[in-house]
Amino acid sequence: MSSKLTLKTEGETHVVVTRRFAAPPEAVYRAHTDPKLIQQWLLGPDGWTMPVCINQAAPGGKFRYEWVDAKGNGFYITGEYLELEPYSRIVHVERMYLPDPTPDNHVETRFDPDGTGTLMTMRMTLPDPQTRAAMLATGMEHGMEASYARLELMIPAIQ
Amino acid sequence: MLMASLDGAFAALADPTRRAIVARLAKGEATVTELAKPFKMTQPAISQHLKVLEDAGLVTSRVDGAKRPRSLAKAGIDALDQWLAMLRSALENNYDRLDGVLARMEKPNAKKGAKR
Repeated sequence: MSSKLTLKTEGETHVVVTRRFAAPPEAVYRAHTDPKLIQQWLLGPDGWTMPVCINQAAPGGKFRYEWVDAKGNGFYITGEYLELEPYSRIVHVERMYLPDPTPDNHVETRFDPDGTGTLMTMRMTLPDPQTRAAMLATGMEHGMEASYARLELMIPAIQ
Repeated sequence: MLMASLDGAFAALADPTRRAIVARLAKGEATVTELAKPFKMTQPAISQHLKVLEDAGLVTSRVDGAKRPRSLAKAGIDALDQWLAMLRSALENNYDRLDGVLARMEKPNAKKGAKR
């Protein structure tokens, strides 16, 4: 069902994610750079929203995304754009504040035409294998949180 | 508890030698002597790496006479697999939402049909 997405580690310090979309690269690129569009989908687990989405999509421009859940838990990331090639490629660095900043994650995102749609390839480069392991483990915690939240929702139904 | 064990597993796998040991054990069990050979490391050094992998729940051993062949611990490896599936599903949530956003976006400036 979710076979459209691939997620794999590569070498010592990379994580590569690919995903196909049924829209042309221009639309997918815009959905990655226009704050009004980003706020509609880049939300992670169910129940999280992004009240702050600042995005200066130009070389040297900065971005800042802040997420909160219904219980008031929150975290944010900041980043800078290094290269933008509309509508095919974005290179940026980002770090997450939990609340201490994580080491910089260097991300190259490509949007390649694929039939009438787009193949997106996001290649993350972490400074070292330890940071990559920590990043994957952090992603896990958020994934787990979503699972526990869903479990909470299910409990009344199965009692 | 599951999370704590996964933290240990990821920390253990942050080391390239230990990843290589896991890759070797994926092909079948091996003794410390057999493991030490391709890595050009001393047996105590390999034993130290194996201890980290065992503590992380990724590798297990059995007694075979004087030998203690090591193999992958299914439970620990399965936990890693499950975690990857979960991370994948969290990302898939985002991109499923993006599918919806893209479907609602109006076509950017009339561009007269397909150009590709």
